[in-house]
Amino acid sequence: MPIIDQNRIRNFCIIAHIDHGKSTLADRIIEMTGLLTSREMQSQVLDNMDLERERGITIKAQAVRTVYKAKNGEEYIFNLIDTPGHVDFNYEVSRSLAACDGAILVVDAAQGIEAQTLANVYLALDHDLDVFPVLNKIDLPSAEPDRVAAEIEDVIGLEAADAPRISAKTGLNVEEVLEAIVEKIPAPSGNAAAPLKALIFDSLYDSYKGVIIFCRIKEGTVKKGTTIRMMATGAEEEVVEVGYFGAGQFIPCEELSAGMVGYITASIKNVKDTAVGDTITDKFNPCSEPLPGYKKVTSMVYCGLYPADGAKYNDLRDALEKLQLNDASLFFEPETSIALGFGFRCGFLGLLHLEIIQERLEREYNLDLVTTAPGVVYRVHKKSGDMIELTNPSNLPDPSEIEFMEEPIVTAEIMVTTEFVGAIMTLCQERRGVYLGMEYIETTRALLKYELPLNEIIYDFFDALKSRSRGYASFDYEIKGYEQSELVKLDILINKEEVDALSFIVHASSAYERGRKMCEKLKEEIPRHLFEIPIQAAVGGKIIARETVKAMRKDVLAKCYGGDISRKKKLLEKQKEGKKRMRQVGNVEIPQKAFMSVLKLDEE
Amino acid sequence: MRKPLELYIHIPFCERKCGYCDFLSGPAPMNIQRRYAEQMIKEIACQSKHYPGYRVVSVFLGGGTPSLLEPGQILDIMKAVRGNFRLEVDAEVTMEMNPGTVTMEKLQACRESGINRVSIGLQSADDKELKTLGRVHTYDEFLKTYQRARQAGFANVSVDLMSALPGQTLSSWKATLKRVTMLKPEHISAYSLMIEEGTPFYSRYHGHPELLPDEEEERKMYYLTKQYLHSHGFERYEISNYARPGFECRHNTGYWTGVEYLGLGLGASSYIHGFRFRNEADLEVYCGIEMEGADADDRLHKEIVRLTEKERMEEFMFLGLRMTRGVSGTEFEKRFGVTLGDVYGKVLDKLVKNGLVILEEPYVRLSDFGVDISNYVLSEFLL
Repeated sequence: MPIIDQNRIRNFCIIAHIDHGKSTLADRIIEMTGLLTSREMQSQVLDNMDLERERGITIKAQAVRTVYKAKNGEEYIFNLIDTPGHVDFNYEVSRSLAACDGAILVVDAAQGIEAQTLANVYLALDHDLDVFPVLNKIDLPSAEPDRVAAEIEDVIGLEAADAPRISAKTGLNVEEVLEAIVEKIPAPSGNAAAPLKALIFDSLYDSYKGVIIFCRIKEGTVKKGTTIRMMATGAEEEVVEVGYFGAGQFIPCEELSAGMVGYITASIKNVKDTAVGDTITDKFNPCSEPLPGYKKVTSMVYCGLYPADGAKYNDLRDALEKLQLNDASLFFEPETSIALGFGFRCGFLGLLHLEIIQERLEREYNLDLVTTAPGVVYRVHKKSGDMIELTNPSNLPDPSEIEFMEEPIVTAEIMVTTEFVGAIMTLCQERRGVYLGMEYIETTRALLKYELPLNEIIYDFFDALKSRSRGYASFDYEIKGYEQSELVKLDILINKEEVDALSFIVHASSAYERGRKMCEKLKEEIPRHLFEIPIQAAVGGKIIARETVKAMRKDVLAKCYGGDISRKKKLLEKQKEGKKRMRQVGNVEIPQKAFMSVLKLDEE
Repeated sequence: MRKPLELYIHIPFCERKCGYCDFLSGPAPMNIQRRYAEQMIKEIACQSKHYPGYRVVSVFLGGGTPSLLEPGQILDIMKAVRGNFRLEVDAEVTMEMNPGTVTMEKLQACRESGINRVSIGLQSADDKELKTLGRVHTYDEFLKTYQRARQAGFANVSVDLMSALPGQTLSSWKATLKRVTMLKPEHISAYSLMIEEGTPFYSRYHGHPELLPDEEEERKMYYLTKQYLHSHGFERYEISNYARPGFECRHNTGYWTGVEYLGLGLGASSYIHGFRFRNEADLEVYCGIEMEGADADDRLHKEIVRLTEKERMEEFMFLGLRMTRGVSGTEFEKRFGVTLGDVYGKVLDKLVKNGLVILEEPYVRLSDFGVDISNYVLSEFLL
């Protein structure tokens, strides 16, 4: 295979707010560059996980290489790198962007700029990418391309007058986008003869090939036999194969050189060795310094995962290990709960990541799980001078030993139409937000900036935002750091016994409110027993709220039409099924879903 | 020795569907009722061939409103039973009746046909409550029917009542009990109203508990029933059934104690030789079934299930425990070759400890509290 002229390569990504048409445009580009026939097209080639398709978001970055014959008669290689579309995966997004030279900004011509649009554009500009806008969905009756083009120029400062006006769905004007990629996205640079310097932007575990590293070669050349070294993790291995990304398949090639995007396999057994953002170099001819921007991935949200059936503990461990092969950001360690038995404390990038893992465990591994309330990582500074990173509320030291506690804070940007500004400000205040400022994007829309504690937004903030703005608000955030805070542990006592799996950390000011709601919710969830069950919320041994589940009085099938026994039996079976999904704590049976109650406190 | 068999004959017709009723029944024109009765007679003839080794100990004509049948139809059906099955001389033969549907002529036809027990659906002695239920009769009309039945010579009469009705109070329920006991029937069934899915009552009352007597009130009515009827000579022998000594309904007792029964007519359930099955439930289809030939059963019988040993144990327990006397450990061991303790030891220990069941060798029975929450208790016996 001949060395490819760098001038004929375009490495780019597509950035957009959710649902503005990123995946559809990617499909059209792949289709129109002709590597795939229409028949081969799955509806959305880039998203190949079922889950992603259902949720309409892209979870893991992926890449595809296609060949485009431009109007000038030359053939160009397009490396389209897909980026995840959720704040949980912000770091992965930034590494994918770093692998590109330019970006296409897709904006919905009916909806205009949204919070993620802005966040992604700023991120792309931070990485020195050349960004050009595309107005999508112009076939919609509500499309206002002129207004949105003006908005892009005013708010972002990108030239948008001649932006392609397309419908990715119908394919209308998409060829203008292809030509714009050739013209507006710069060709890569970098010296193919220099020492190897490649950026890892994703990796994947394959049971035959081991870890498949997705990378962008910045300098130098890599081929079969090169001994590579991951500069941050220190892992070393000899390259077995290099290649590029066909649509949905890996196509081996001779070598990858500066400017190219492709994959490397080297009998690596664990994705932990190939951390996203790490720099690959040649062990025997190393580069002088790694690429900037590498960060060790840290879990932001923790929860306990327990098998509903205690006998499935080993199955759960095996499943978590398998998922971790492909997901270095998933953390887990064994833990034990008095209420739930043996399970795992798991760390995630965010709540979406948690939900995805939970769903995959249930769907792909057929596990029935009990999940405890998710929490963030708190820093507990003890009087002794020690600092603990607290991921499980049960491990909180005695209050007398604690000097002070800190919690993670985010900087959030919320875009909302002006009529809902008041409602959203109220919401942010309820969530202990600190107002930073507000900008008007145009006369009808504003961008609100707040500092918010992460633990106030991980559960249901997004839902609350949507419901209080009738779906119009959009939201993005980044971690700012830790700040001291007045935090307490809220304990739940059921029939006078503390249920460790229900404890959570909460700000002192909302302890009473949360405790009260928690008791109300549990009262609904816990079925009546033969005896009365008090449900209490306590802070530091002091009861702050109480509800009571009344004793069972009546549950009788009065008339049992003689012959039809099967109906009677079905009723009893239903009752017995219900009992199975219970956890025994003391002599109270608690339904498994009650352990997630804390998540639903704001549902009305 | 021939094995005992019970016959259930389903008459799915009524004048008007009551708001709470979820049985397989409804109004139908005369010509369909006639066709149905003719088909029923054919079914009796065809099915009886499978039961040469059985003696029929009870017959129950239920519905719907079986008393809607014309005198000639009642005579024909009973003639078919008698002509095809070996009906015991002292068999209990019951027909359900609704007030206002029976003339003296009809009652005499019943007597003549061999029916020796009638069960009259009164439900309430309060006309307002009857109206809420959607019943087509008044208390006065019930009285006439009751007296006619006595005049016709029926010495075994049962009255059906319902408590926990919308608008019912403890005192109006007591008034109903008083009026009925004064008549001195032999048997009383007293059910609590159940709001069944798919009925007009479901859409009216489900999710509106405030329109019905609350749980406390309902339980008070239940306790009052037991105590009041006891003081008037009726003993509770099943969760919702009361009788003067010797007048317990044999047919229903058979259901709770595992006697084999054959259901005849639309949608009727059967329990024969360890199999449960159900008749075709579509009236049109049922009436069109060819009852002759070797494959008649295939056309008629649906949902055929063979009970496993485990399921038979479960049923022995959860049906038997509905009876006030409970289930007998001796009988259990005789039937299944293992002791009650072997199978249910742990469950029984727990339930006894919680005061839900009472052990009185060899009987196990529900306590009063156990009856209150019998669904909870009985579900424990599922293996």
